[in-house]
Amino acid sequence: MEPFTVHTGLVATMDRANVDTDQIIPKQFLKRIERTGFGQFLFFDWRFKDDGSDNPEFELNQPAVKGATVLVARRNFGSGSSREHAVWALSDYGFRAVLAPSFADIFYSNCFKNGLLPIPLSESVIEKIFTRQKSTPGYKLTVDLEKRLVSDSLGLCESFTIEPSRQYNLLHGLDDIGLTLKNEDKITAYEKAHGIA
Amino acid sequence: MFQKIWDKHVVFSEPGKPTILYIDLQLVHEVTSAQAFEGLRLAGRKVRRPERTIATPDHNVPTTDRSLPIADQISRQQVDTLRKNCEEFGIRLYDLHDPHQGIVHIIGPELGYTQPGMTIVCGDSHTATHGAFGSLAFGIGTSEVEHVLATQTLLQFKPKTMELRVDGNLAHGVTAKDLILYLIGKLTTAGGTGYVLEYTGEVVRRLSMEERMTVCNMSIEAGARAGMIAPDETTIDYLRGRPFSPQNFDEAAAQWRLLPSDAGATYDVVKTFRGEDIQPQVTWGTNPGQVISIGDKIPNPTDFSDPTEQKSTAQALEYMGLRSGTLLSDVELQRVFIGSCTNARIEDLRAAAKVVKGYRVNNKVHAMVVPGSGLVKRQAEKEGLDAIFKEAGFEWREAGCSMCLAMNPDRLEPGERCASTSNRNFEGRQGKGGRTHLVSPAMAAAAALTGRFTDIRHWNYKA
Ligand code: SF4
Repeated sequence: MEPFTVHTGLVATMDRANVDTDQIIPKQFLKRIERTGFGQFLFFDWRFKDDGSDNPEFELNQPAVKGATVLVARRNFGSGSSREHAVWALSDYGFRAVLAPSFADIFYSNCFKNGLLPIPLSESVIEKIFTRQKSTPGYKLTVDLEKRLVSDSLGLCESFTIEPSRQYNLLHGLDDIGLTLKNEDKITAYEKAHGIA
Repeated sequence: MFQKIWDKHVVFSEPGKPTILYIDLQLVHEVTSAQAFEGLRLAGRKVRRPERTIATPDHNVPTTDRSLPIADQISRQQVDTLRKNCEEFGIRLYDLHDPHQGIVHIIGPELGYTQPGMTIVCGDSHTATHGAFGSLAFGIGTSEVEHVLATQTLLQFKPKTMELRVDGNLAHGVTAKDLILYLIGKLTTAGGTGYVLEYTGEVVRRLSMEERMTVCNMSIEAGARAGMIAPDETTIDYLRGRPFSPQNFDEAAAQWRLLPSDAGATYDVVKTFRGEDIQPQVTWGTNPGQVISIGDKIPNPTDFSDPTEQKSTAQALEYMGLRSGTLLSDVELQRVFIGSCTNARIEDLRAAAKVVKGYRVNNKVHAMVVPGSGLVKRQAEKEGLDAIFKEAGFEWREAGCSMCLAMNPDRLEPGERCASTSNRNFEGRQGKGGRTHLVSPAMAAAAALTGRFTDIRHWNYKA
């Protein structure tokens, strides 16, 4: 996995709460057996009209946010289905970080397996970011994972929380399975102690 | 109970890091596993405990004639991939033509794989279903599926616990589905985030195993990691004699009896409810927390004080094509779906058939019944339920997820309104532009017959 240290990128906003993973990546795209190439289907039903052309109303289709790498949304982002395809689609589209007041559990944990950083910030900070993004052309945010800070060039500087082990693994691009297998002796001991042959 | 199960499965924990938790059973289906097996192959890893994993195709499979190959080529490839992966890694597969094939959360319990005190995972958010047996069961992502395949463990931060106690009685016509929809409405779709829910109280104690599964199934719709119900004699009676129940059953049952929460067990949060307050529930919006009682009117954005809530309500009403202030009983529908891992067990089909008997499906409605598993289907046919449905004009299908998520050809057309016994009313869940209202099996059956939402408490049963 690619390490995440500091990232500065263009901000896109989605003024919606409870964005569920069925919207992030609709089921008709879950049939693929690869992990790659999901970006083209991100938010498919919102992003495209029935004839396949871009829906001009949809937030991510605004010319000003083309190439955005930081997504900001309202509370309970990523609810619903456990599909990791949602995270694959967001990363493949180019997002490196998602900011929201809160995230659904499974989505939150799926993010870390794929180098996408979910950042919970208070409703008022998120509101401030929405306002600034609207009034500042080319609005960018910088995410510093080491220092746990989100900042912009207009003086915003907010810290966020993250479990230290998740922070460490993401900073170093470590893979969970490899880490767990370092404790394989303990798994074997557990199985012995519990009669699992 | 949660604490006991958690403690018993800790392989290793150190401060500040997630616990390595041992996983007793993993269930696998075609949609979220291909990339996990591919990951194993690329890393040259094996499945650590193939005997602790079972697999079945369910999400993608057609519910029509199974003697034909799957028409959709990509679906077929996914199902074939599952078959190849199971062969290569030595995993037991209940394949398309196996009499035990079915929705993964239905076959696990009915075959006796799901047992009290276990840790159970599946790459599917409705894994919470299995918590009905007093197991710790939760949905995981594909990377975690791979992690469990490789190590038989999972890295987990310990969740908090919330008790939802429901005292009193449920009124006639009010079901387990109404109970859980009501609780989600009270909690909202994010109210359970970070928690394991434990359902307690007289109402919960009196539920059958199948009803308990309906309740636990939808824990995720309140955002919770898992939902649990302590095992008791109902649980033990259900498991006795199932093919994969423990051989030394009485010994195991004695252990299970020790699991329930001690009086005075502490929870991080406790909420209490009265069964008498619950009426038949119908969702009106685009998440399961947007739910009202059958007699209520469709809400208005201004009913809510929170601006985010107001906006969500307006967005949902627009998508659903509903006007504030409309009575549910005035809302007409075109489709009815009785199925899914929430409500496609034999008791659900019996409840629906009881309503249907002697009536015909409304001529503006297309209605279908999709049993949750091959076993459920055959049992229903033995009892003649299929005949009741077919005579009334319902379609009677093969087992699978079907129109719960419409990955197979069963789906809504844009603008069609559906009364569904499934668990998610998200935008487009049952087909792009489709409008889903979640209800109990009895309410869905009545809606099919009248063409509109109908209060089941006043139904005239023709026995
Ligand atoms: S029935 Fe629906 S919710 Fe249940 S496993 Fe299948 S798709 Fe998921």
